[in-house]
Amino acid sequence: MTKHRILATSTLVSLALCQPLWAADTHPVTGEPLAADQTFQYRLLDQFPSIDPQLIEETVGGHLARQLFEGLLTQNADGTLRPGVAEEWSSEDNQTWTFKLREDARWSNGDPVTAQDFVFAWRRAADPATASEYAWYVELSQITNAAAAIAGEASTEELGVRAIDDRTLEVTLAQPLPYFPQMTVHYTFMPTHQPTVEAHGAAWTNPMNIVSNGAYKLDDMATNEFVRLVQNPEYWGAEDVIITEITGFVINDANQALTRFQAGEFDMMDDLPAGSYPRLEEETPDVAHSVPRLCSYYYTVNQSESGHEALQDPRVRTALSYMINREVITDQVLKAGQAPAFSFTHWATADFELPAIDYSLWSQQERMEKAVALMEEAGYGPDNPIELNLIYNTSENHKQIATVVSQMWRPLGVTTVLNNFEWQSYLEIRGNQNFDIARSAWCGDYNEASTFLDLLTSNNANNDGKYVSEEVDRLMAESVTMSDPQPVYTQVEQILAEDMAILPIYHYTQNFVLDPTIKNWPKENVENNWYVKDIYRVAPE
Amino acid sequence: MIFYIIKRLLVAIPVLLILIVSTFILMYAAPGSPFATERGIPPAVLANLQAQYGLDQPFHIQIWRYVVGVVTEFDFGPSFIYRDQDVNDLIGQGFPVTLTYGFWSFLVAVIVGGSLGILAALRHNTWLDYLAVGISIGAQVLPNFVLAPILVLTFTLWLGWLPGGGWQGGQWQFVILPVIALSTSFMASIARISRASMLEVLTSNYIRTARAKGLPMRRVIFRHALKPALLPVISYLGPAFVGMITGSVVIDIYFSTGGIGQFFVASALNRDYGVMMGITILLGALTIFFNLLVDVLYAWIDPKIRY
Repeated sequence: MTKHRILATSTLVSLALCQPLWAADTHPVTGEPLAADQTFQYRLLDQFPSIDPQLIEETVGGHLARQLFEGLLTQNADGTLRPGVAEEWSSEDNQTWTFKLREDARWSNGDPVTAQDFVFAWRRAADPATASEYAWYVELSQITNAAAAIAGEASTEELGVRAIDDRTLEVTLAQPLPYFPQMTVHYTFMPTHQPTVEAHGAAWTNPMNIVSNGAYKLDDMATNEFVRLVQNPEYWGAEDVIITEITGFVINDANQALTRFQAGEFDMMDDLPAGSYPRLEEETPDVAHSVPRLCSYYYTVNQSESGHEALQDPRVRTALSYMINREVITDQVLKAGQAPAFSFTHWATADFELPAIDYSLWSQQERMEKAVALMEEAGYGPDNPIELNLIYNTSENHKQIATVVSQMWRPLGVTTVLNNFEWQSYLEIRGNQNFDIARSAWCGDYNEASTFLDLLTSNNANNDGKYVSEEVDRLMAESVTMSDPQPVYTQVEQILAEDMAILPIYHYTQNFVLDPTIKNWPKENVENNWYVKDIYRVAPE
Repeated sequence: MIFYIIKRLLVAIPVLLILIVSTFILMYAAPGSPFATERGIPPAVLANLQAQYGLDQPFHIQIWRYVVGVVTEFDFGPSFIYRDQDVNDLIGQGFPVTLTYGFWSFLVAVIVGGSLGILAALRHNTWLDYLAVGISIGAQVLPNFVLAPILVLTFTLWLGWLPGGGWQGGQWQFVILPVIALSTSFMASIARISRASMLEVLTSNYIRTARAKGLPMRRVIFRHALKPALLPVISYLGPAFVGMITGSVVIDIYFSTGGIGQFFVASALNRDYGVMMGITILLGALTIFFNLLVDVLYAWIDPKIRY
């Protein structure tokens, strides 16, 4: 306490000496009056299983990692790239990438952040001994020998990443990848401090052991209760950081969390209670926000032998898709600004040109007429009805959508049996193709259309519907080496729509409530990556 | 008596073993795995994860190792989800929390419920009786998952008196709402049981004799009626106490207390085999112990019971 007081007094004295006192209370760039209390509190949906960058596998831990650690690059408020630990990055052929690290990057214990720290972390992510559930991300990034290292067939030392010197990191890819820098934003590629990891093993992330290089460091945590981060004075950009402390409260129940938000206990929460958004938006428009989120909601159609044989006929799949009235789902069921989807790739994906898919331009009446005709052509209809097994994981929204869709399919002579499974069982059932139709969603791992479209190539492990198109496989393989692959992505979407590879339903929005005194929240970032070092709290009016 | 206690404790060992084995079997019979993710895990990584947790061994070896670990080293193994913590850590962190709010809930339930019931019986068929019965029925029909949000709405949002959740090392402000939410229905049960048994005792022959002798009412009640009237309450208190100190899913989820109650559901949904087993064994052992304690108390209070 004494220390704090001394610090506070000396700060006041020095401020009084060198500048007018009011200057400390305004934002250095915008000039807005700042609140005296510069702490930020938010709600965590769940206890994060880990904050070890190479072991994180879900969003709660991911948000914390972006405050605690800093990768090569980070994102601006609109999701575009900006320097992180790397000041400059370049490649001549999109295959060998060189990152120049800043000199003043420091770990929270004062050690310099070097290229070796990245090499250590990336090898660690690929090492089967680490058993990272995100090892696939390293493979996805096309780093040389990643797949072999993950499979245990090559040593991690053969991974295509090396430190030329302390400040130069060179990454070699198995094939050119123009969007590789985007991929380095992800937490799996954040650096870890080798001496700390080696000294403490799995316990290195405990508050008393952890060494991190982000704008904040871990101060305290209690499982299932809270986590608290404080400013990291060693951070290279510490001078520009305004928020001094971050507290996350674990609150599982969404309604309870919303009540506590409204009581002013914290500043931000997402994952709002189902159906609460329209009321929040109406009553408190300055608090409730809806922004695009890089995820698509769709129905996977099982086109393998184990699915209903009718589903192997593209006409049947098309008829099913035409019958889904997406506006009813977005405007009457979800009511939170979601966009009806006719393509797999989210409309807000960077540089992606949404194709003019025919049926997206028709009226629902036209679609329904065409659907009935297609069904008849395929030999099905009320005279020859089919019964489909639709599976979804436990959620009020999934249940409502499934119920609505099953009603929409009824005129085609399609009876739908709804089957609800909790998440772990659902993953197993869907992964083993024990369904006809499965509720699915995919969120982009980086902001580029291939993060969606790769999923529907025939040998992708997550192609649960077993859709096979040689054309799509060929185009996606070719797109990797192109300087501008966007036209190809548009073409692939066209093929997917013709084949009706999946039944797109809607594109997600992120709905959240944010205290109006918190400013500069990155609402334009479709990946919903936020960095507390960028935000600040203005004085209440 | 000592012999009886020893016998009961010895019987507890096979009971716990059966509990462990049957939970283990049920757990493995459920589809899904703690490592299933939507993105899929490379086979080499999955193999490593399974080896790390011993899941690559045959079933009988897994269960043997687990039992040996528990019995010889009191080691409940690692958590399958929280990668940097083991089950002993998680229970060690959460159990004191649960114990604290469970203990206070127990005290509140016994004191308030007991006095309400006895008072109602003594003032049978008066407004006090009707009020007490009304309160206890009201409390009984109000489940804690309804009560908890109402409490937070009232005391956090509208009145702004108490925090809506958290624990902060057990500061009193954070304990009050969980204790009210958890104790209410137990309190109601205790009130109803103690009222009914007090009424029964008060109409019995020996109480009439005591009153006929001209003993003052206070003496009749405290000396003669109270002890037998408490017997049915005590048989209820054993399981109730275990129920409260092992926490409640609702309390932990609604008030973010960080207790072990929520692991009952979360560990099952996440297929966190280690935590699931640890929590089940803890609950089983506590239930056995407190049932024994109740039986011993019974013998002490009721002279008709001898073991």
